[in-house]
Amino acid sequence: MHDTLVEVNDLKQYFPIRTGIGKTIPLKAVDDISFTIGRGETLGLVGESGCGKTTAGRSILRLYEPTGGEVLFEGEPVTDRNITAMRKKMQMVFQDPYSSLDPRMTVEDIIGEPLDVHKLCKNRKERRERILELMETVGLNAEHATRYAHEFSGGQRQRIGIARALAVKPDFIVCDEPVSALDVSIQAQIINMFEELQEKLGVAYLFIAHDLLVVHHISKRIAVMYLGKIVELADADEINDHPIHPYTESLLSAVPIPDPDITRARQRIILEGDVPSPLHRPTGCPFRTRCRYATEQCARECPELTDRGGGHQVACWVK
Amino acid sequence: MKQNSPLQKNPLSLQLDLSKYSAASFELATDEEKRQQDVMGESTTFFKDGMRKLLKNPLAVIAIVLILLILITIIVAPYIVPYSYEEILSVEGRRDKGAKNLAPFTYSKMEQQYIAKGGERFPHIFGTDEQCRDYFIRVVYGTRISLFIGFFASLIVLVIGILYGSISGYLGGRVDLIMMRIVDIIYSLPDMLMIILLSVVLNEVLVFPAGSFMARLGTNMVSLFIVFGLLYWVGMARLIRGQILSIKQNEYILAAQSIGAKPGRIIRKHIIPNCLSVIIISTALQIPSAIFTESFLSFVGIGVRAPMPSLGSLANSARGGLQSYPYKLVFPAVMICLIVLSLNLLGDGLRDAFDPKLKR
Repeated sequence: MHDTLVEVNDLKQYFPIRTGIGKTIPLKAVDDISFTIGRGETLGLVGESGCGKTTAGRSILRLYEPTGGEVLFEGEPVTDRNITAMRKKMQMVFQDPYSSLDPRMTVEDIIGEPLDVHKLCKNRKERRERILELMETVGLNAEHATRYAHEFSGGQRQRIGIARALAVKPDFIVCDEPVSALDVSIQAQIINMFEELQEKLGVAYLFIAHDLLVVHHISKRIAVMYLGKIVELADADEINDHPIHPYTESLLSAVPIPDPDITRARQRIILEGDVPSPLHRPTGCPFRTRCRYATEQCARECPELTDRGGGHQVACWVK
Repeated sequence: MKQNSPLQKNPLSLQLDLSKYSAASFELATDEEKRQQDVMGESTTFFKDGMRKLLKNPLAVIAIVLILLILITIIVAPYIVPYSYEEILSVEGRRDKGAKNLAPFTYSKMEQQYIAKGGERFPHIFGTDEQCRDYFIRVVYGTRISLFIGFFASLIVLVIGILYGSISGYLGGRVDLIMMRIVDIIYSLPDMLMIILLSVVLNEVLVFPAGSFMARLGTNMVSLFIVFGLLYWVGMARLIRGQILSIKQNEYILAAQSIGAKPGRIIRKHIIPNCLSVIIISTALQIPSAIFTESFLSFVGIGVRAPMPSLGSLANSARGGLQSYPYKLVFPAVMICLIVLSLNLLGDGLRDAFDPKLKR
């Protein structure tokens, strides 16, 4: 198997929410998540809106100061002190290609910024060559270099964002819903490009998305998040064929299948109610308020991730 | 999830039946054909685009032409007109006592005799004032002073406002809270009272070397600058802080952080360029307000020191002979109006051209 590149141990990210004068309560956006990502591997992270996927990705890259837990990169803990050096190895692709590119910069300057910040190029000529090489890697024309971001379509903008992330030759890229703002046809192009880049450059991805089909396509393993916790973590095919956690089950039952006969025949598991506010999370298992199997034990204690064989980890008392 | 059962083609479907075609029926698009799909306009920079829009706005163009005319006049006129703003007219070395309160384009008796003898005399375009000084050159110098004060006061406001506003906005949190409360306190001070008090105090304290520019300008003007530096920057600081707070929310700032850029670089490369349009616009609108303040103070009598003219002090001294010589009030007053109006129009034009929120 791959050797471990990124190791996340009990990562916590709480945000203080002011409820009155001098009173704050923590909003537990990410609560005790742990996983590992191997070199050149893709871990998919799925969950519905507001479950803390994006926060988890940003905490790993220290764009937020984590409340607790640690992130190890190649066995070395990521701290404030070595973060500048770490940024050369860990990069991020953002969700919204419209707001993640500075409207006052040309494509050349956007892609060249990481090169400037880390002083990776000795002179202008070398910088220019590297930028053109990066643009070619992501499928942009060299003549686009002097244009501004607003002149491009969503897919092209996302390519610029990817080129920017690749500029420092990172080993690990957090892809924060990189395709959810794009048209379906463009999504396919971008996802295939992610795969090609992985083959060519050997980068590892943490691929955050809410679309199970997309995640299943690109990921080797998938982690399912609910209310700031990982509830199930397994190989992509395993989770697809044999989901254990009731939340994963309901997610999978919502995936559209392009065959009306099967769609009509299969039973959808429709969750009742809304996601509870992370400010007032239920006691015990966070999912128990919407779970059809919930028991008294679920209300008392929060289940831990346990191995159910073959690396299939699930946090559930019942199943 | 994956389904292998082949879908049955609905006979009513209009979808192309691919089984009827082979690979030979299709032709690959050439690179050139593919490129034709990328429809892109001519690449324009932000400023080129803004200037193009500005020059399409007729009011803004009129304003620019007016400002240019005024600038050329006040720069060139002192070299053409042979009189100086403090010079009492004289003919062939003798004081011309008859050259008092002349109407535009007229000559005094002494001057007429001189011309009759074959001498050349430059016309008094705006006439003369009650101390036998050429009025045109005084208005020109008054305009110079007013514009000078307008630009420099705005510059002071701009520099202090940008520094204070960007620090407050970028750091945020408690620093921002304290810095903005200071702004609130300064905002509540009455500005006219402060100017009058300061000029009284500074009159005693400040001594400039005789003949220097500052001394000719007078303590009142220096105190006006100081008051601008102390009080008027708050509006600019607030504006820039607000801009930075909203720009900070953009994902490209987070992207710059994830690249590893330091705060100084983020402010210089990402934040300031993105609020530059607002800065330019508010500076352009700040200039007329400074000119207005100066004119008002000079009119009240606490402006520039005599004999240095300013548009306000010229208007004030013209008040005495308003019944007999109304044109002496008209010239400086029209000048103030033209400057303030054209700068305001230019400011509005700049806002329309550069404000991204108004983009059609």
